[in-house]
Amino acid sequence: MIVKREARMQLRTSEDIVRARQTVREWCIAEKFNLVGQTKMVTAASELARNTVEYGGGGELQLEAMEDGARSGVRLTFSDKGPGIPNVELALTDGYTSGKGLGLGLSGAKRLCDQFSIKSVVGQGTDVTILRWS
Amino acid sequence: MERIPILKLRDFLLVSIQIDMHDRLAMTLQDDLTAEIVKQRAKAVLIDISALDLVDSFIGRMISNIAAITRVLDAETVVVGMRPAVAITLVELGLTMPGVRTALNVDRGIELLEAAIARRDAQDEAAE
Amino acid sequence: MTQLANILSTQEPAVLEEWVRYQRDSKSLRGNLIKEAEVRDQSSRFLEQFRAALSSAAGENIEGPGWASVRAVLNDISRNRALKGFTPTETASFIFSLKHALFAQLRTAFADQPKLLADELWNADRILDALGLYTTEVYQKSREEVIARQQQELLELSTPVVELWEGILAVPLIGTLDSSRTQVVMENLLQRIVDTGAALAIIDITGVPTVDTLVAQHLLKTVSAARLMGADCIISGIRPQIAQTIVHLGVDLGEVITKATLGDAFRVALRRTGFRTVRDSGGSSNAAVR
Repeated sequence: MIVKREARMQLRTSEDIVRARQTVREWCIAEKFNLVGQTKMVTAASELARNTVEYGGGGELQLEAMEDGARSGVRLTFSDKGPGIPNVELALTDGYTSGKGLGLGLSGAKRLCDQFSIKSVVGQGTDVTILRWS
Repeated sequence: MERIPILKLRDFLLVSIQIDMHDRLAMTLQDDLTAEIVKQRAKAVLIDISALDLVDSFIGRMISNIAAITRVLDAETVVVGMRPAVAITLVELGLTMPGVRTALNVDRGIELLEAAIARRDAQDEAAE
Repeated sequence: MTQLANILSTQEPAVLEEWVRYQRDSKSLRGNLIKEAEVRDQSSRFLEQFRAALSSAAGENIEGPGWASVRAVLNDISRNRALKGFTPTETASFIFSLKHALFAQLRTAFADQPKLLADELWNADRILDALGLYTTEVYQKSREEVIARQQQELLELSTPVVELWEGILAVPLIGTLDSSRTQVVMENLLQRIVDTGAALAIIDITGVPTVDTLVAQHLLKTVSAARLMGADCIISGIRPQIAQTIVHLGVDLGEVITKATLGDAFRVALRRTGFRTVRDSGGSSNAAVR
């Protein structure tokens, strides 16, 4: 698995979430995702970007175009230096919410991609990485 | 400040969302629509989302809220024109919006609303 | 390297002649798949770029930029052969068979310098081996692309969506449903709903031998997605065993309309779209009237 290209963008405001959606869409098109694949990845990105802005107090999105043999994909990493998630397992269950959402952000995003990983330390921040193949 | 326009047509309010909304804009639309329903004494709301290439949980929740609010205000809501890729993604996300009426396009949406309003009027009459 | 380049620059026509002759006589050239003229053309294109790369001191790493045009020629040839139905061995033999002609030239040129001859043979051998293996890689990749494309075509062929009546679609599913196939069915059906404006779709599973939890969930997701778009689905042809399985698995079909046969589903669909079926008093034919 190799990284073909990489970029970073800031996530501070709700306009940044819209920009992140548009950028992720462009990357998915460049990696030849079909329409449903694009939509799933962009929706997952929207959920996670909102988490970063709303609960993480802002942060950063790292985009990577991946290649593994004949298939290509996009990997996204959302990082913040916010309060962190005390119970990751609980946060991943449907309907769990710490704020005003529906509680579908993390669990929903996980269902929309091929690989999902989360690293969170209370008081230090949260990193969520998702990957989807075209 | 940018806003999504709300058109009044007879007893209906029509909203066509043509841009990728950020969260505050979605909240503004929800507030504006609620105020307009009361002000215009609208019987129904039609929301056209055929131009949207994405509906995430935030926008999905806004749509569900609008449907619930209109019901409280004695009106009906129909959402029309959701794209296949968006529908598949919403289902995968776990958001099936059970309380929301849907239709394939604006024509069908208006038919549906007219039928619902007629049904309700008949019920009201029977109750009198 | 430069020695080899020197030899090629003076002896290229002779090498080409010998190489083409060798390919023609050996089993690697299949007359029914490729014409000699084409072999000659491919061979001369390769030799030209090969000589250019050698004389520009492109180094020994054939992945390097100096070998780009050689790789381009080989890409072209290997892909062409993979599509024509050559075996990997036959494809790689294109390069390996060059050894015969090239080594003969080296032997003549360095007949009285055995040490130099050994070095040059070793160099040429290594570079041709690397290039030969490269053709196999390209070959493999092309075949994988062909297989992937065929799989996709097969999936689309096996899941037709038909318009039964104005405003009524049907998908007769036949055979085992796996995750990727159900996904294609789902996407096709939803797209056809948009294209035709049909508000009702019948998913007929009479031809599906078994249903597991995953497939049942996929069907439910299709129904939910169609509903979000404003269309209703009817599932028909649920066999007794499948009905038992669905209940046993605890899958909740909820508000999904289910009918025993495609005919029953069609009748419901007609009624829902404002038609009713009547039988002519005298005849046996059914007719639908609005």
